[in-house]
Amino acid sequence: MSTPALQARGLVKRYGRVTALDGADFDLYAGEVLAVVGDNGAGKSSLIKALSGALVPDDGTILLDGAETRFHSPLDARRAGIETVHQTLALAPAMDIAANLFLGRELRRPGPLGGVLRLLDKPAMRRQAQEQLDALGIETVQHIGQIVETLSGGQRQAVAVARAAMFGSRMVIMDEPTAALGVKESRLVLDLIRRIRDRGLPVVLISHDMPQVFELADRIHIHRLGRRAAVVRPGDASMSQVVSLMTGALRIGEDGAPPDVSGAE
Amino acid sequence: MANSTATAGPLRNRTAEAFLHNPALGPLGALVVAIVVFSVTTSTFLTVDNLSLVVQQSLVVATLALGQTLIVLTSGIDLANAAIMVLGTMLFARLVTEGSSPVLALVVGFVVCAALGGVSGGLVTWLNLPPFIVTLGMLTVVLAAGRLYSQGNSWPVTDPVLGLLGEGGYLFGQVRVTHGMTLAVVMFALVWYALTQTSWGKHVYALGNDPEAARLTGIHVGRTRFSVYLIAGVIYAFAAWQALGRIPNADPNAFQTGNLDSITAVVIGGTSLFGGRGSVLGTVVGALIVAVLRSGLTQAGIDSLYQDVATGVLVIAAVAFDQLARRRSR
Repeated sequence: MSTPALQARGLVKRYGRVTALDGADFDLYAGEVLAVVGDNGAGKSSLIKALSGALVPDDGTILLDGAETRFHSPLDARRAGIETVHQTLALAPAMDIAANLFLGRELRRPGPLGGVLRLLDKPAMRRQAQEQLDALGIETVQHIGQIVETLSGGQRQAVAVARAAMFGSRMVIMDEPTAALGVKESRLVLDLIRRIRDRGLPVVLISHDMPQVFELADRIHIHRLGRRAAVVRPGDASMSQVVSLMTGALRIGEDGAPPDVSGAE
Repeated sequence: MANSTATAGPLRNRTAEAFLHNPALGPLGALVVAIVVFSVTTSTFLTVDNLSLVVQQSLVVATLALGQTLIVLTSGIDLANAAIMVLGTMLFARLVTEGSSPVLALVVGFVVCAALGGVSGGLVTWLNLPPFIVTLGMLTVVLAAGRLYSQGNSWPVTDPVLGLLGEGGYLFGQVRVTHGMTLAVVMFALVWYALTQTSWGKHVYALGNDPEAARLTGIHVGRTRFSVYLIAGVIYAFAAWQALGRIPNADPNAFQTGNLDSITAVVIGGTSLFGGRGSVLGTVVGALIVAVLRSGLTQAGIDSLYQDVATGVLVIAAVAFDQLARRRSR
């Protein structure tokens, strides 16, 4: 296989006596949806935080397209083209969709209007925001000037996903994107994830929903006790096998290589 | 900020949306109603002289409220603003009385006011202390500092530079326009521009909405919050200059309820005390509503205590309206 878009080797993070990451490895390839599953406390969120710059690991390396990188803040990861859809969505409820899409990276008018007077280019932001929603097929919002708090949960999620897709040039991380949504709204978001993948942008999907993981993921990263326990393909393993790997009922070799799950039966 | 590209929808929804986009619409309606009522019921309210006076009387509180608006938008509150302003007037007046040049006195006053705003902002931002407590402490300290510095006296001002904002001319030969009024218009326009047309303004609203969300989107939350308190301090210095233009006497016991009056104007203007919602236009309207009520009720021959009752009722009504709007939009 080619060089992974993002690779992590031996990530370690300790909080006092608690070891959240214990030599965790991670590989994400171009154009795939990689699901990350694991029991509560397995260190999933620490892993994701390390990859999105929200946490600085004590040890280990992160490689972008094979080149070693260090993230000291979420801003560093964002500059590297890694966008995260947080479970909390990180939207400003009283602001409109366009303003939320460009929050923290507003566009300014060209020339002295933007340079000296710092004038925002609202028409351009609205236009690009609309284009982004259209490109992702998000038709449920009426107009780009809608205030986010007037939107439904699924629509808000769609706005957060659209923002990540808009600025993520290397990968998009989604933390439990459907946990708070109903069946119909979950559909909308899952379709969005597929469309992002189809554009060639790899997606890391953290989820507890096994059927969803099996439906969407190209590979499944199983996290246990602060490290990668296994990587399987949905076609090669059953849901119960994945759950067994998560809980430790089923084990594989220490080398971290994807297990031959079909032979384990 | 009204959205003209809104697709046709049910009228009720569009009205609700318009109010969410522009929370100053309600107060603006109330102001118009108040002006109409007083114009009809009294013969003296609707005269150019009186209207000019209403605006002049509202200038100091309106300027304090401008700084207060910025802080309230970050879900903070400033109880010390009037005390900082009063200390500013003392500095201006005493320094000039003791022989320093008025320009130097202004510079010193502005620097001190900005620094005091910065102290509040620094404590709120980097020690994570609640703004209410920080500014309550600042209020006590700055008030006492002003009294110490004044040596228990009030300091009359005769210097033309310090009194400049009370001067002015006549528009169309009859409408009195003071330099203070002009300055206020410029300041409100500048802050409006910064809040609505620049990234900084978007960041102020975003951090008032949800500071954690703002941080995750890469906004420098601390730096932005601090800048708000610093700018508010500068605005309070302008309020001090305005105050000397209005009454050429620096009195350490003046504007004792200026902090609450400024909060009143901000809240009546539709800015939410929970942060992230509101506008400078709303604050202009809020300050004018209070001034119009005072003037109108006075001319209708109603006791000033009832004016306070009316203002108090309005504050509660404005907050109730804000709460309702927020609950409905969930």
